[in-house]
Amino acid sequence: MKRYLPNLLRLAALIILIAFLVQPMLFEPLLKPLVQANAPAVYNQGSLLSLTLSHLATVFTATLAATIVAVGLAILVTRPIGAEFLPLSRSLVNIGQTFPPVAVLALAVPAVGFGEKPTLIALFLYGLLPIFENAMTGLSTLPPAIVEAARGTGMTAWQRLTKVEIPLALPVILAGIRLSVTISLATATIGSTVAAKTLGEVIIAGLQSNNLAFVLQGGVVVAVLAVLIYDAFSAVERVLSRRAGRV
Amino acid sequence: MRLKIDKLGVVIAALLAYGAFLAPFAQFRANRIVPGEARSILEALPAGLGAALLAFVMISIILIVLKTPTIVRLVLGLVALLVLAVLIGLSAGHLTPPENTYARVSPASGFWLLSFAFALVTADALARLKLSPFARVALLAAVAGAIAALLMSGAWDGLSILKEYGSRAETFWLEASRHVVLALGSLAAATLVGLPLGILCHRVEALRAGVLNVLNIIQTIPSIALFGLLIAPLGWIALHVPGAQAHGIRGIGAAPAFVALFLYSLLPVVANTVVGLAGVPRDANDAARGIGMTDRQRLFGVELPLAFPVILTGIRIVLVQNIGLATIAALIGGGGFGVFVFQGIGQTAMDLVLLGAVPTVALAFAAAIVLDAATELSSNKPGRAA
Amino acid sequence: MIEIDSITKRYGDTTVVDNVSMTIAPRTITVIVGTSGSGKTTLMRMINRLVEPTSGKILIDGEPNSAIPGYELRRRIGYAIQGHGLFPHRTVGENIATVPTLLGWEKSRIDAKVKELLTLFQLDPAAFGPRYPHELSGGQQQRVGVARALAAEPNILLMDEPFGALDPVIRAKAQEDLLAIQKHFGTTIVLVTHDMEEAFHLADKIAVMDKGRIVQYAAPEEMLVNPATDFVETLIGAGERPFRLLSIGSVGEATEAGEAEGEAIAAATSQRDALSALLWAGRDALPVVGADGTRLGRVTLAGLARRAARPQ
Ligand SMILES: Nc1ncnc2c1ncn2[C@@H]1O[C@H](COP(=O)(O)OP(=O)(O)OP(=O)(O)O)[C@@H](O)[C@H]1O
Ligand SMILES: [Mg+2]
Repeated sequence: MKRYLPNLLRLAALIILIAFLVQPMLFEPLLKPLVQANAPAVYNQGSLLSLTLSHLATVFTATLAATIVAVGLAILVTRPIGAEFLPLSRSLVNIGQTFPPVAVLALAVPAVGFGEKPTLIALFLYGLLPIFENAMTGLSTLPPAIVEAARGTGMTAWQRLTKVEIPLALPVILAGIRLSVTISLATATIGSTVAAKTLGEVIIAGLQSNNLAFVLQGGVVVAVLAVLIYDAFSAVERVLSRRAGRV
Repeated sequence: MRLKIDKLGVVIAALLAYGAFLAPFAQFRANRIVPGEARSILEALPAGLGAALLAFVMISIILIVLKTPTIVRLVLGLVALLVLAVLIGLSAGHLTPPENTYARVSPASGFWLLSFAFALVTADALARLKLSPFARVALLAAVAGAIAALLMSGAWDGLSILKEYGSRAETFWLEASRHVVLALGSLAAATLVGLPLGILCHRVEALRAGVLNVLNIIQTIPSIALFGLLIAPLGWIALHVPGAQAHGIRGIGAAPAFVALFLYSLLPVVANTVVGLAGVPRDANDAARGIGMTDRQRLFGVELPLAFPVILTGIRIVLVQNIGLATIAALIGGGGFGVFVFQGIGQTAMDLVLLGAVPTVALAFAAAIVLDAATELSSNKPGRAA
Repeated sequence: MIEIDSITKRYGDTTVVDNVSMTIAPRTITVIVGTSGSGKTTLMRMINRLVEPTSGKILIDGEPNSAIPGYELRRRIGYAIQGHGLFPHRTVGENIATVPTLLGWEKSRIDAKVKELLTLFQLDPAAFGPRYPHELSGGQQQRVGVARALAAEPNILLMDEPFGALDPVIRAKAQEDLLAIQKHFGTTIVLVTHDMEEAFHLADKIAVMDKGRIVQYAAPEEMLVNPATDFVETLIGAGERPFRLLSIGSVGEATEAGEAEGEAIAAATSQRDALSALLWAGRDALPVVGADGTRLGRVTLAGLARRAARPQ
């Protein structure tokens, strides 16, 4: 029983989240006490569902691009041919992480204007770092005996990469993607200050009209999404690393 | 001697060539918000200087593409950055018509690319040299000194970002101090609370998972939402707790921002304290018990000193994160550099955005370097296994 | 046949393998011994070009091994690595199937091969095929490692301390398996070991390496009688010589006609173990049985003593 409890809670959270996004009015009585008598308790300037979907789409697009680029770069710097780039890429990762997301967002605006684009760029750049760092660690800390065995059985460089190195590094790479997605889900809300369609709109509308219910629903939807996605990634990682005998 | 090609150098050289010959060096605008016009290096700098800069870039490209000694690359990178910094100031004076106070000159993509490329050269050289912590902090201080000198000398006064600064010098320093107080104050509070909480979680296993889970969930709440959610309870406190208002507690403003940053800071502090204490070798603990130390003596004499580098890493994460997050405080009237960022976004005045963003990045960057150095020093103390 | 012709490997200024020449006859077991760091692994890895030599050449069946791409060469040469190196993300069956898959064998042929090898190593294909390596004991992993090296029926098998991590019982078993397999497939085996007992038991020829050079390359008996240098002599251990001599042969070769009382000894047992059994049983003779249990004759203390004496 105790083992199933967390999963039951997650399922319940998912069901409530979907119910809220599809039929937000059902929850009005819960939110009513948070607002002044005649103010709306449920976000009414757009559809919560479509904001959530476009929030997720933004995060997904940015993370996908970041994953492709970061894993590609990590593969490059862990090959003999790209070894010269390794010290610099390590320090770039360190430096990059000191850039606050708001600053990245704000600095992207002059380059591409308002809307989705600066948000995508900020999420992309900010998402690169954890994925790159993890992919680099994963690919450069494989047990030498296994890499050696792959060479010994006559795999080409490409076969070694695709059949041995990447599958073995996958749990670590996934952990990087998980970190990146969680950060991006929260950071995307700030994108609404530069007119991106994300759940940040709900929160900012709440801040502007002093409507606590708006702030709460925007924030909680993002948080629940983040927790659920985080857990889903963790579960996949566990399966993969148990499979790889790295428990 | 055979000449060898540096692969990284080739990439950087491509950036340099593009930045110098194809991208605009500076941007000229008739006033603060109209779109800018691009100016190449030759147009943006007084006659001889433009050509000299191009020549300098070409020589640099040769030096960078070949495998030159690391120390040469470091000096080249630093000198080039200084040259660019001085020249962009000169170009402002050159491009602004005399007596015109509306015209704006700002660095354009070419300048940023050149700076980025030379910064890469510098960063690569530094990574290869593996400087000692003291040397890194000294270099940081030297760079900060150089920037301060450039600012004081008025060499950059013609640039648009400093014109923005000029018209808000007083607010700038006020917001700067608020920003620092928010970031450092919440860090101090989180350390004061998080350290004992971490020790408690280490000792009482039943607490550990619960506390860490709650703190983890707090991290997933988007910052703007958490800031907003704290408005209500703090507003209530301000109204109902006597004396609260006198201490600056109000529903909007710095108080909810402070509390939010504090909450975000707890996880790294508590988690790293727990990890650090768990990593204390069993032998050390056994030995401490064996020679008759009390629990308290063991904590302060053995466990905390051994866990210190890990705890410091947590504090570094918090500080860098807080300096960034403090910008969001501006959305709820909490002040800080975010004020300029969001005002700038609102007015589509990018110079103003930069006035807020650049010091934030600089501050976070400096904090990371200093705390990294401190962490390295504390984990390299003699008699300690790495 | 492997012909190694004045091969040298240098890393910077240090010469790790120094001008080594030797010829390895087909269908034999050659064992390389020597102190740690003497260049055994490096020499062996130059045969399948995991290490490229600084100078010299290696011919395999008359062809230079540099004539084809390294990965193709390695698919034709089995390699069992120090500490097995199984792929942790693939099942035992998939691990064994690695090289046949790379070579593009048909699925049915691969499945049959995997089954054959698992059975040969006394691992039930149905039970072990679908398991992951971390679900196996160290000894089982080791056997799978050797099975993987054998999967594509290579003519040549390179083994780097293959039994290093095994306990004595499993180790003896694995050695018997190896001898059986070598007979079965007629494979040419080059094996590195630190265990002199193992070397004398398995080898048709032994190569002793010291500081990158081969100091003696000879049949075990020859090496016992005429150690080339003091180093070889210490390596063999002067006091061990008669016993080493006995380890070389099996009881089958020492069987005499006649009857004996007591617990029977298998013909495949080494003469050294037979001597132990005789001494322990306190008898002058013990019966010898074949693999199928039929009585072949007897082995005697006196007979073994004659064989342990210095050959003339
Ligand atoms: N890639 C390499 N670069 C530099 N030196 C190497 C390299 N590979 C091996 N060596 C050196 O070459 C020498 C021989 O190594 P090798 O692995 O062949 O020894 P070995 O006889 O197999 O030793 P062991 O019995 O310990 O396995 C050692 O001194 C080793 O340090
Ligand atoms: Mg070796």
